[in-house]
Amino acid sequence: MTPDVGIVCFPGSNCEHDVAWALASLGASTRILWHGARSVGDVGAVVIPGGFAHGDYLRPGAIARFSPIMAAVADFAASGGPVLGICNGFQVLTEAGLLPGALTRNVGLRFICQTVECTVESASNVLTARCAPGAVLRLPINHYEGNYTCGPATLAEVERAGQVVLRYRDNPNGAMHAIAGVANPAGNVVGLMPHPERASDPLGVGTDGIVLFQSLLEAAGVWQSVSRHRASADAAI
Amino acid sequence: MNYGIVVEIRGLTGLADPEGLAIERALPSLGFTGVQGVHVGKMFRFSLDAPSEAEARRTAEEMCDRLLANPVIERAEIRVVADPTAPPA
Repeated sequence: MTPDVGIVCFPGSNCEHDVAWALASLGASTRILWHGARSVGDVGAVVIPGGFAHGDYLRPGAIARFSPIMAAVADFAASGGPVLGICNGFQVLTEAGLLPGALTRNVGLRFICQTVECTVESASNVLTARCAPGAVLRLPINHYEGNYTCGPATLAEVERAGQVVLRYRDNPNGAMHAIAGVANPAGNVVGLMPHPERASDPLGVGTDGIVLFQSLLEAAGVWQSVSRHRASADAAI
Repeated sequence: MNYGIVVEIRGLTGLADPEGLAIERALPSLGFTGVQGVHVGKMFRFSLDAPSEAEARRTAEEMCDRLLANPVIERAEIRVVADPTAPPA
């Protein structure tokens, strides 16, 4: 079965079509979910793409978390659905409280646009399930506020619980413990600053993003068949 | 009654403030020596219709908790002034 992936588009999102293209090249069908919608529909996964949702006013993600669709995304996540936030999407998920921590301005106060190496720290989540822990991925970053920050108790907990998904090998932005991506405790919600959709074609900056989307699509397929089965079982009662 | 609300947002103590640090390093080059502990924050000013000063403060605190500040990285200091048109103290 081809999994459907919903890609949330806020005013100011700008990577939704890149994500759709990368997922479609792996055989997925995608649909753009406008931020004003109150439902994510029967998708198998939700991606919140990069960009500048609501102009990044106040703080990146601070206004986006109040867009109507975010309540539906929170429900989808709470029921176990795979949710991925890329760059600005990661910022939105932290502001929404779906992921721990916050993303603050890069140390050095520079907008960083470069390809970096990240180590896969854990495979027990929907983004890196198909990776071997310790594997190194080359992925592009493109942000001004990607410095992962949280309190000492949260930092200890995400490390202890294996919620650190990706770690920079050469910390470009000052992130605590060089964290490039984190998951929620259940592993079904993941956020990362690098852009895997820009590393999904040999003509771009490599293809290391593909394995991440393959992991997500696998989780989406499982989730979608389980939820459809559940829906048909409910209908039969 | 209308109250003037001034909200000051600061980074939590101990968190990196690269902007404040950059300014602190720039000041001596202009001859301002002896400056330490520069921190950059945000300020919001607005008027708020509320039945009492306590109620106005409570509402402003809730605004900070839910939107104006991110408690993971920031803390908010709220001042309530009787005349909303007065400049912040």
